[in-house]
Amino acid sequence: MVIDCKHVWDAISGYIDDSLTPETRALVQKHLDHCNICSAVLDSTRNILILTGDDRVFELPTGFSERLHASIDKEIHSPGLPTTT
Amino acid sequence: MTAAPQIPDESQRIAAILAGQREQFHDLIRPYERTVYAMALAMLKNEADAEEATQEAFLKAYRSLATFRAESRFGTWLASIALNEARSILRRRNQLPTDSIDDNHDDQPAVSPALLRDWREIPSETLERAEVRSILRTAIDNLPLLYREIFLLRDLEELSVNDCATTLNISVSAAKVRLHRARLLLQKELAPQLKHLNPKRRWFPWS
Repeated sequence: MVIDCKHVWDAISGYIDDSLTPETRALVQKHLDHCNICSAVLDSTRNILILTGDDRVFELPTGFSERLHASIDKEIHSPGLPTTT
Repeated sequence: MTAAPQIPDESQRIAAILAGQREQFHDLIRPYERTVYAMALAMLKNEADAEEATQEAFLKAYRSLATFRAESRFGTWLASIALNEARSILRRRNQLPTDSIDDNHDDQPAVSPALLRDWREIPSETLERAEVRSILRTAIDNLPLLYREIFLLRDLEELSVNDCATTLNISVSAAKVRLHRARLLLQKELAPQLKHLNPKRRWFPWS
């Protein structure tokens, strides 16, 4: 069985997560081996997910960590929680 | 995708906090601050709200630490608390879409990727450039919330697809479809903008 480009695009996310069935993965792989466009779609998607999934894309405001730990400190020193009972 | 690796003594630390060494909560959450804030900001698109949601999420995590079950990842548990916190702010703003869209994914047309002849790897150091971060942030912001949520849980918080589905209260197959759409929408939007980036060329004429 041979699959066309559109089928490969539908499988890109599953391919990246390695969640395709072995049969589908083999078909996709076979297609990728000779299709430059689908290979570029896969490579660019993977690359873009590494960049967009990087938490440095979102800058922390100045003093963020200090304020966070100050509010936690206040909570920690208030009586009661957390408990195991 | 720079989420902290699972810290080996995390469960011991949680046990110690529950046993009374409360100060250890500071160190427990340190590896997660950035990611939780990033998710809140991407959900809320507003720094002040994102900071409020992040603080509230960590305080809730502290107060309910005794309910955390060691068989799940602490990061997964935290992500779900943060997601709910951000959602409740959106709800207050009346911006939360109803859950009924959840399983109607088959009705939506398939997303086609941007087509390219080749792709040259863009290294993560490129993120040092403010204009690149800005392009990426805009693309994430422009994702419909339905897709933004699953993208953040899976590709930023690095939850498994099953944990994403549980957190969002949707089926695993719906989670896979949404994730696929989210990823292709990002590729479609960003590949044409980013393909000219060349690490050797430091400046380029964005305006």
